[in-house]
Amino acid sequence: MAECHPVAFQWVVEAKARGATVIHVDPRFTRTSALADLHVPTRAGGDIVFLGALINHVLSGGHEFTEYVRAYTNAADILPAEFTDAEDGGGLFSGYDPDTRTYDNSSWQPTGERDETLQHPRCVFQVLKRHFSRYTPDLVEQVCGIGPAEFGRVADAVVAASGREKTTAWVYAVGWTQHSTGVQHIRTASILQMLLGNMGRPGGGILALRGHANIQGATDVPTLFHLLGGYLPMPGPGEDMATYLARIPDGGFWGNKRKYLVSMLKAWFGDAATADNDFCFGYLPRISGDHGTYRTTLDMIDGKVKGFFLLGENPAVGSAGGRLQRLALANLDWLVVKDLTMIESASFWQDSPEVAGGELVTERIGTEVFLLPAAAHVEKDGSFTNTQRLLQWHAKALDPPGDARSDLAFMYDLGNRIRARLAGSDDPADRPVLDLTWDYPEEPGGDPSAEAVLAELNGYAADGSPLASSAQLADDGSTRCGSWIHAGCFAGGVNQTARRTPWQEQDHVALEWGWAWPANRRILYNRASADPDGRPWSEAKAYVWWDEQAREWTGLDVPDFEKAKPPDYLPPPGATGPAALSGRDPFIMQADGKAAIFVARGLQDGPLPAHFEAAESPLRNRVYRQDASPVSIQYAGRRQTRDQVAGHDATYPFVVTTYRLTEHHTAGGMSRTLSRLAELQPELFCEVSPELAAERGLENGGWATIITARAAIEARVLVTRRLRPVRIPGEGVIHQVGLPYHFGSEGLVTGDSVNDLLPLVLDPNVFIQESKVATCDIRPGRRPTGAARMQLVNSYRHRAGLADEEPQPGS
Amino acid sequence: MTSDSMPVADGARNSLYGPLADVAADAGYPGSHPERVGFFTDTSVCIGCKACEVACKEWNGLPDPEAGALALTGMSYDNTGALGSNSWRHVAFIEQTVPSRADPGEPELISAVADGGATRWLMASDVCKHCTHAACLDVCPTGALVRTEFGTVIVQPDVCNGCAYCVSACPFGVIDRRDDDGRAWKCTMCYDRLRGGLEPACAKACPTDSIQFGPLAELREIASVRLADVQASGHPEARLYGADPDDGIGGAGAFFLLLDAPEVYGLPPDPVVTTKDLPAMWRWAGTAAAVLAAGVAVAFAGRRR
Repeated sequence: MAECHPVAFQWVVEAKARGATVIHVDPRFTRTSALADLHVPTRAGGDIVFLGALINHVLSGGHEFTEYVRAYTNAADILPAEFTDAEDGGGLFSGYDPDTRTYDNSSWQPTGERDETLQHPRCVFQVLKRHFSRYTPDLVEQVCGIGPAEFGRVADAVVAASGREKTTAWVYAVGWTQHSTGVQHIRTASILQMLLGNMGRPGGGILALRGHANIQGATDVPTLFHLLGGYLPMPGPGEDMATYLARIPDGGFWGNKRKYLVSMLKAWFGDAATADNDFCFGYLPRISGDHGTYRTTLDMIDGKVKGFFLLGENPAVGSAGGRLQRLALANLDWLVVKDLTMIESASFWQDSPEVAGGELVTERIGTEVFLLPAAAHVEKDGSFTNTQRLLQWHAKALDPPGDARSDLAFMYDLGNRIRARLAGSDDPADRPVLDLTWDYPEEPGGDPSAEAVLAELNGYAADGSPLASSAQLADDGSTRCGSWIHAGCFAGGVNQTARRTPWQEQDHVALEWGWAWPANRRILYNRASADPDGRPWSEAKAYVWWDEQAREWTGLDVPDFEKAKPPDYLPPPGATGPAALSGRDPFIMQADGKAAIFVARGLQDGPLPAHFEAAESPLRNRVYRQDASPVSIQYAGRRQTRDQVAGHDATYPFVVTTYRLTEHHTAGGMSRTLSRLAELQPELFCEVSPELAAERGLENGGWATIITARAAIEARVLVTRRLRPVRIPGEGVIHQVGLPYHFGSEGLVTGDSVNDLLPLVLDPNVFIQESKVATCDIRPGRRPTGAARMQLVNSYRHRAGLADEEPQPGS
Repeated sequence: MTSDSMPVADGARNSLYGPLADVAADAGYPGSHPERVGFFTDTSVCIGCKACEVACKEWNGLPDPEAGALALTGMSYDNTGALGSNSWRHVAFIEQTVPSRADPGEPELISAVADGGATRWLMASDVCKHCTHAACLDVCPTGALVRTEFGTVIVQPDVCNGCAYCVSACPFGVIDRRDDDGRAWKCTMCYDRLRGGLEPACAKACPTDSIQFGPLAELREIASVRLADVQASGHPEARLYGADPDDGIGGAGAFFLLLDAPEVYGLPPDPVVTTKDLPAMWRWAGTAAAVLAAGVAVAFAGRRR
């Protein structure tokens, strides 16, 4: 956190000064470890065993927050007899199909009965207990290399800082998700937090530190292929509005799904959207499956993608499998790169390793590249949304230089030009573009008003006044709202995200600083900060509570509950949507209002977390017969990715893990080009332990070559005790090589791209790449250049029994 | 020159050595001058982000490094190396192996794995000390180095002639000449920002308040409370550096809380202002001159005879 989020880390330092215990679990001793009370070095990829053992510690010691677990989670749900746990299936849950590598989750669905005593052998609580019973401190030592004493210190600290009087927070940077089991890492932490009563309460939760200033905002609006605004799913092939809506479970506040959808369609298509045409639902694109970034990369190589926009993204350096990324860009008809400076994704045709090695020939690359200058954040109005869902408005401080333009201005102008070309067309395929509401007022200088876009997200009531809350939304087309979760950000026609009341003039929750979705609520599910009867669990952690006199919920934050629904409310028979939730169900976006310890729907890789080794690992799975994730996405049937994963092959004996440095930003386009930052970390380096340096003859400050089944790169060597060999009983020592991934061929400081080393192995839920664990070899000296570089890679591949990397189209 | 007319080390003014209550007044500012200000750099909360280095260079418009000159030093995460004419803040990174603590209840700042000792990573942002008795200023022949009304020490670039007397005089090796123009440069504690009522850029940028700026007297009080806390939390070896008016430089305007001995951070353990003995040297020189003059006089007197 101190490495990648130094500004946010001030709050950790402040918490520590006020008595908090700070524990850092990481393969490396980083700048975060330096200020932690305890650093626990671990083997990359052992997370579910470590967290699972904490869950087992809680359950076997009776440390769970029983009232909370019983009332607020689905621990009492009884599972059907057909459900088989991974413990009994060698790592596989019931419903697995080895041919498609997918699960059918029908045997995971709860029976509908509950056992409030939590004693039924098939209730979630008992299944959970059995599931994690083998996740012991001994297992932690065998998988993570963490000794029982260190593990015990963490377990004791977490238990001591949870319960009525205290809360524990888990804070992670997104590297925690960059595994083939990434979503399940977060799930395991969630289960632990539910058992300890740390959700929906101040000082609790699981906090994702997003990788960029506005990634949360990009997810909310969103820019993801599988979501519409406000976390509505994308329609599938052939779905009409009725079948689409029927697919979304209608329990809890998703019972309002039609209001959310219709209001969004009205915001997008205006008067063209009517009840008769299902509010233009048919205009929305359909997705038939994985259209994620890596699938798109492979589709480019296959010639299925003709043109590509890259706005502030540098996949040639920043995405896994750099060689495939560059081969993909080289196989387009046209490519628009809009960025602050020249980046590798626009210059690959002349300076990529593939050109140097002869695999690509500049003259034969057909991609027409347009590099357009972009405005930086200080050169445009807009908002950042941080991990707390807090929108903070920033005002333009100066005009962008030259022809540089904001992404908003660029997209608006592009839309205007396309609409002008299509004007008068009677082709139905052009209607969605022509019917778009594309009428933003312009600022002096011609840029569209960013505030008008925010106001569109906020939405308007039937009378044209800005919405104050999503509670005003209707499903008859009378209201317009671009994103239901943002309703209220422009309440009263005032940009609420621009509020800046100083902290000295308000309490610590600071409701008048910016605006958080939804409804300016700072902690989600905060009804859980009170007991089932609506009283705070403790004085120290009082946050939101039921005021019996006023007959309403009140407190320091905006209550995440229907304001007048009393704790003793019981839903009448046949109730649907929010009305079907009782006054004791805080998790209002869940159909049953309960936090999901057991997830019956929505996950591709199991209802409970189970440990699997990474696709590449020096160790075999010590927990299950099933070695690696049975459902990870590897595109193994495709020519470009066949044989790209070396499994456990000893040709690649060491673990390689990647990360960011404070001094640089992701793929480096915003830092390698700036002298003030570039000079602070001027060269790519690898971090190795003194033991590994001695074993391989590496010298501090010298050069090393790192080889995986995909690529060979060179880096300067930093020998440091901050990277310790992990000792695994019965296996000896496992060495881990650390590599920051910021470097490329452009900018003031250059170096090989570390992501070239990584395979395309993805989490099946969110399609994130496994970039924190792969296997490598390391040797002293610089790598060969030109064609000899790939020959070195292939010589290792031969030893590992993998076929040569094949030539690609266009080469 | 007699001892009456030259600066004195002892007595009321203490211009060259020892405690000095009011440096600005000593430099000739009227009684209404601002309070003396300074930096308290608490290295126990430094996260080594180097925001101070960047903010300093940006605000003060320090020159870019030469193209092609950028290379990894191999010294942990420190690629700045030292304070210099173009780096007025420098974050040191010290990787240590320290004995594992016997009491696991106090594992602060220490890696859990204990084979062969535990890991500790010290980070500290160094800066010009703005000494109470600043040798750089004392030796400057052109008057380019001056004491400001805030009690800080700055170089006036338009007066400096690049003689470099100050470079050899600084007991910390802070002040440095630029290769291209030969003049001496160092931290000004953002004199222009102070004049405008702003805190220095490095303190403004520091996310964890490792660098604190304020009236020196207040900072010293804050530091003594903080030191007690840090020592009580398992760091008996923690200490203040440069906070004592009785030290060899009369106390620093920029002082530090360190978790280990100053040498570990590359700081001199017991710095003494190099002009401490200037009065005595003048006295010896004066005596020698008097003796010489007397001898010459005697010689001439003899010849007349």
